[in-house]
Amino acid sequence: MCGIAGLFLKDTSLEPSLGRLLGGMMIELGDRGPDSSGFAVYGAPAPGQAKLTIRLPDGGGQHAARAIADGATAATGHAVEVRVRGTHAVLSMPEEARDALRAFLAARHPEAHLVSSGERMEIFKDIGRPEVVADAYDLAAMQGSHAIGHTRMATESAVTIDGAHPFSTGDDQCLVHNGSLSNHNAVRRTLKREGLAFETENDSEVAAGYLTWRMREGASLAQALEQALSDLDGFYTFVVGTRTGFAVLRDPIACKPAVMAETDQWVAFGSEYRALTGLPGIEAARVFEPEPATVYAWERT
Amino acid sequence: MPDVDLSETPLRELNRALHALEPGTNETHWHVANPAGRHSIAVGLDAPVTVEIGGNVGYYCAGMNKHATVHVRGNAGVGLAENMMSGVVRVDGDASQAAGATGRGGLLVIGGNASGRCGISMKGIDIVVGGSVGPMSAFMAQAGTLVVLGDAGEALGDSIYEARLFVRGTVKSLGADCEEKTPTDEDRSILADVLSRAGVAADPSEFRLYGSARRLYHFHVDNVDAY
Repeated sequence: MCGIAGLFLKDTSLEPSLGRLLGGMMIELGDRGPDSSGFAVYGAPAPGQAKLTIRLPDGGGQHAARAIADGATAATGHAVEVRVRGTHAVLSMPEEARDALRAFLAARHPEAHLVSSGERMEIFKDIGRPEVVADAYDLAAMQGSHAIGHTRMATESAVTIDGAHPFSTGDDQCLVHNGSLSNHNAVRRTLKREGLAFETENDSEVAAGYLTWRMREGASLAQALEQALSDLDGFYTFVVGTRTGFAVLRDPIACKPAVMAETDQWVAFGSEYRALTGLPGIEAARVFEPEPATVYAWERT
Repeated sequence: MPDVDLSETPLRELNRALHALEPGTNETHWHVANPAGRHSIAVGLDAPVTVEIGGNVGYYCAGMNKHATVHVRGNAGVGLAENMMSGVVRVDGDASQAAGATGRGGLLVIGGNASGRCGISMKGIDIVVGGSVGPMSAFMAQAGTLVVLGDAGEALGDSIYEARLFVRGTVKSLGADCEEKTPTDEDRSILADVLSRAGVAADPSEFRLYGSARRLYHFHVDNVDAY
């Protein structure tokens, strides 16, 4: 099972509603994935700025996050700001301080798990049904241009936050996956030789890493997905986000469900149509099922 | 003429009420509003009634249908009219994967396109698709008629046992043991009958017929790649 919801806004006037709309989509898909929920939200562009989303251990909260930010400010010589949401904290800083901050976190705060890195993207994921997680992280208040959510039914590995989607293996890049890959161990070995690092044994993280690698080598998001058709074997429906892009790919058999809708205002993806029923203008939207082995990609400039 | 609004009435309540209908019921025309893509709407009907659904439905709509007419004024999700026995199921829009799967009888009419595996393992159902069908349609079909006014995707009729597959447009590729056949007068009259029952105006002579080459019925070492 598992449920995927994705929303890419074309009309900037909807940006204040992004989190609320995505939350509604994910809640409809709660029955497909009641074990854990996660989402990536692409907020306003902030050239020259960088954000790291970290997950704090149980009991971590405002105080622990504040202490990390203060320590980071002292260690890096740059002002590091912090916002806490649920068990996660978003650290913001000038772009040039990011590597120093990552090094500081690795050396001084190994308990803080790095969830995402980028200029615009923030990722939050936790155990529980989407309504619970969306509420705990105040998804409804989040704004931005596009967002991708996942509701997970754990079938082959434990219910842990590490197994929750989205997976991020590059700046402002995220991937959610419904399905299972059969050659992920071989691909992971290849990617490790190419210098990518993986945090889990999860097949979906390998798919994310594969796209990161291809884009690092110069491919566009759409080109990277075309190449994935040859190199990734198994069942998959992927929804992928980059700083300005949003894309969908299904495997050539296309057993995993997918429905899309598009209007002048937005493009939306849902594992099932019911996820799309709350979107504005859905009655007049072009609703279609993405073809197998076909890359669908949108870019926003 | 009962009206059921699924934004107010639980779906199980609707299905229970439909299951309770006797063959001689006077409540022969039901309207269902606000389906909102819910799954399993109007499944398991067993009475000669009409159920009109005003919007898009989710998975398995009108599954196991017997005697009833179900009309969806929208799109349908996966497994539409799965294992239908008799009656009529109409969808004005598109249908997702495996529409009419394993259907034993009755008529399924899809106004728009049907996705992959339309008519998979069909066992006697008649299916008419106004648009095109996706890949692997009529996979392992055993009996019945699939009529496609548009095009067919890859591997049409793969591993077909028997069944008549009529396609007016192009066929991207034929599956294992499916071949084009020269239609007989009987084939043309069966097609004309299905089109007429579906209420579709189309000239039977414009369709090509595909069916079983019957080469996979018995094991033959030369066919080992196709098994």
